Amino acid sequence: MLAHQSSLHASDRALSRFHFRVVLAAVLVLAALSLLGARFYYLQVVQHDYYSTRAEDNRISVVPIVPNRGVIVDRSGIILARNYSAFTLEITPSNVEDLEATIDGLSQLVEIESKDKRRFRKLLQEGRSFESLPIRTRLTEEEVARFAANRYLFPGVEVKARLFRQYPLGSVASHAIGYINRINKRDLEKIAEQEQAANYKGTDHIGKTGLEQRYEFALHGETGYEQVEIDAGGRAIRSLSRTPPVQGSHLTLTLDVKLQEIAEKAFGDRRGALVAIEPSTGGILALVSSPTFDPNLFIDGIRTEDWDVLNTSRDRPMLNRALNGTYPPGSTFKPFMALAALETGRRTAGQSIWDPGYFNFGGHHFRDDKVGGHGMVDMYKSIVHSCDTYYYQLATDMGIDAIAGFMGQLGFGQRTGVDLDGESEGVLPSPEWKKRRFRRPEQQKWYAGETVSIGIGQGYNSYTPIQLAQATATIANNGVMFRPHLVKYLTDSRSGEKTLVEPEPLRRLPWKPQHIETIKNAMIGVNTQGTGARAFAGAGYTSGGKTGTSQVYSLKGSTYKESAVRKELRDHALFIAFAPAEAPQIALAVIVENGGFGAQSAAPIARMVIDYYLLGKLPKGAAEEDDVKED
Amino acid sequence: MQEFLARSWRGLIAHIDKPLLLITLMLMAAGLATVYSATYDANSHLAPQMVNMAIGLCAMWAVAQLPPQKLMRFGVPLYLVGVLLLILVFFFGIKVNGARRWLSLGFTRIQPSELLKIAVPLMLAWYFHKHEALLKFRHYVIASLLLLLPFALIAKQPDLGTAILVGAAGFYVIFFAGLHWRVIGGLLAVAAAAAPFAWTMLHDYQRKRILTLIDPTTDPLGSGYHIIQSTIAIGSGGNYGKGWLAGTQTHLEFIPERHTDFILAVFAEERGLLGNGILLLLYLLLIGRGLIIAGNASTLFGRVLAGSVTLSFFTYVFVNMGMVSGILPVVGVPLPFMSYGGTALVTLSVGIGMLMSINTHRMLVRT
Repeated sequence: MLAHQSSLHASDRALSRFHFRVVLAAVLVLAALSLLGARFYYLQVVQHDYYSTRAEDNRISVVPIVPNRGVIVDRSGIILARNYSAFTLEITPSNVEDLEATIDGLSQLVEIESKDKRRFRKLLQEGRSFESLPIRTRLTEEEVARFAANRYLFPGVEVKARLFRQYPLGSVASHAIGYINRINKRDLEKIAEQEQAANYKGTDHIGKTGLEQRYEFALHGETGYEQVEIDAGGRAIRSLSRTPPVQGSHLTLTLDVKLQEIAEKAFGDRRGALVAIEPSTGGILALVSSPTFDPNLFIDGIRTEDWDVLNTSRDRPMLNRALNGTYPPGSTFKPFMALAALETGRRTAGQSIWDPGYFNFGGHHFRDDKVGGHGMVDMYKSIVHSCDTYYYQLATDMGIDAIAGFMGQLGFGQRTGVDLDGESEGVLPSPEWKKRRFRRPEQQKWYAGETVSIGIGQGYNSYTPIQLAQATATIANNGVMFRPHLVKYLTDSRSGEKTLVEPEPLRRLPWKPQHIETIKNAMIGVNTQGTGARAFAGAGYTSGGKTGTSQVYSLKGSTYKESAVRKELRDHALFIAFAPAEAPQIALAVIVENGGFGAQSAAPIARMVIDYYLLGKLPKGAAEEDDVKED
Repeated sequence: MQEFLARSWRGLIAHIDKPLLLITLMLMAAGLATVYSATYDANSHLAPQMVNMAIGLCAMWAVAQLPPQKLMRFGVPLYLVGVLLLILVFFFGIKVNGARRWLSLGFTRIQPSELLKIAVPLMLAWYFHKHEALLKFRHYVIASLLLLLPFALIAKQPDLGTAILVGAAGFYVIFFAGLHWRVIGGLLAVAAAAAPFAWTMLHDYQRKRILTLIDPTTDPLGSGYHIIQSTIAIGSGGNYGKGWLAGTQTHLEFIPERHTDFILAVFAEERGLLGNGILLLLYLLLIGRGLIIAGNASTLFGRVLAGSVTLSFFTYVFVNMGMVSGILPVVGVPLPFMSYGGTALVTLSVGIGMLMSINTHRMLVRT
């Protein structure tokens, strides 16, 4: 009984202990579930905005739609730069397990050169492994088909249609047009500076030189955007919204590409430059720098071999001589000197000097080309026969400050402001220039003797061909000066609206008409009875010109014999001209490096160019097609 | 005739606990809707899940008909068969994804560890019931060893989720059987001391999951991905959710395992805090009802079994929700009656059935 009671007692105690534990468990459960509730509250209420954004970021991907780059055409609408669609083979590295094996596998199907692999690695190193990167561009139809049949073997690899830039005329006008190439770090900085970063998402090429560079932001257009809903695998499920891209503006040039082609051919394999300008507008008709290069080589990243050829050639084809070559103008400087004399009142047209064949200054003999001298020389004769003595005397009489002042107004020694980047300044010699240029005091001093050869376009004189062409055009246009430019107008792709690039003259120089008349007459004389007469014999139009020869190698007193001097040390041949003389439609400057006398090698080029421009006459032996192509 | 039908119906529902059934059916309904949302894009799992639920409900009814004395008799054989199968798995199991959990029967595969979720509490409840009159310390030790054997075998497979559930079920039995607080305190101390050692015993991927929990961003594309995406889903649901079938995280496939272990993320994204609150309340009611049944049970067997089964439900809920919401490491534990999967549904339904049996046979049998 007692035992039974105690057992009952023990059982009661066990039961109450059990009930206590059940209640304890209930409390623990309540606490734990409350903890979960608190966690849900935290995530769904407190952090809701954050996680909503994260979910949207997950869901929505903004895909840029790259606009079509603007087309470049010449003044008559001939296409100089265009876009064409081609297939590229692209890899998204982050979706590929074994990149090397994938590339090896792909090269069994399509040809992949080492240049392609190099470019791909470079892009990869730029940390773009989440983007689709090209391993091969411009696939043939057959290659596309071959890949398509095997694509299941290559996850993360796709064929895409992309637009490519093409320069249909190849090397013609390449220095003016320039080229595009893949965007590099420096370009990215430039884009960021211009606050264009958002607009360049998805763009992978940018203009590197020429008009492609200068008009980059106009040509590029506005990038469109598509908001796409994507799934966890990154696949686009549907489009949410689309802002279409705005195509880049088209450029219509002042350039006459036929004229350009004829001018380039006229140079043959000689080095040099030619700038032809429409005097009444400043529009550049031809801008030649010889030799040229094929801009198509650059578009996908140039092959090392091609780059080496271009870069190591002694002829330096990449140099734009029209803008960056600086040359003493030689005797082509004389008409400008003569005009300066008239305008400053230092000479009248009829005043004559006696030329004994030399000019003596401070005991130093400045030699004239003609042994024994030209005898009595007035202004007309000094230009027609290119008398040096006349200008030695003139320069001395005028003094350097007056010369520099007048020439500066004509644009010598200053950037013309042509719509191409990287133009050189050249050197307009003056005492101030010397002070800036040299550091030692004895070098900084201007000596009167230095003024003498300035008069004949030698000495420190050093100008770019485009400066010389601009000055010639300004005389041809009676002192109304334009900024030389290549683009006539931009056409907005949406509205079709045309924006002229250069509608207004830069300045009107207040020259007396009779002074201009005197200079023009003398220049006409050059082409009819003077140093340019041979080259312009039988031309069906009137023209003005001036030959020039600029010294590369300083001859110490001895007579210059072309055959005796190494070719690289021969004089540069120059020629400036305008035509028709009554109402000039074209003004130009030509330089043939190491060409010898201007009359011999530069003037015939000018003749060919003007003949074509005014008469539509093709040079003898020149075929329409480009049959010889140098690569 | 009418009276016959009425009597049959009464007989049919005699051992059904209406509150438990109601809660279970509500959870199942929520589960079906969520499974549909999680899978309809590609390959709807709605129909098979309905079949699973039907089987589960039948199993629940059948188990509820068995009086606890009969249930007790299953304890030892189920336990022995279960452990034997686990040993067979240990030697001859099929390795899938680096874990040896399955046993091939030629025509199908089975996962014996699932059986232990029922067998272990049954076995231990029977064991304590048998020694009720004079429970000594050694009984607790033996019970612990009986628990440790299958636990170790399952943990070794490795299957951390199931091991935790089996271990917890067994521990709850021992706890409700009256294991002394001092021993519990001692065990906790030993566990704390052994933690560093246990750390070295864990598999690499298990360690990674724990580290990932501390900072998911360390491995956003690897093991942290699950947690990051599921917390985004939950958080972006807000107060009222994005609406049924409208969860972007779900339908754009950002949530992994979205119809099984991570189904809560789908539910939370589409139903918001309100839905989560209701869900938590349903589980609380289920657990509360289970604890009341345990408290009212007339035998030690009934008490400890009901207590253990009920707290096992809690363990499922807490581990799963904790994992999906990013406060516990990722382990494979389904959300009761919500996650897709026949095996878990049947096991859980059997648990409910046992609770119903304990509750409804109380009046008839007294000890």
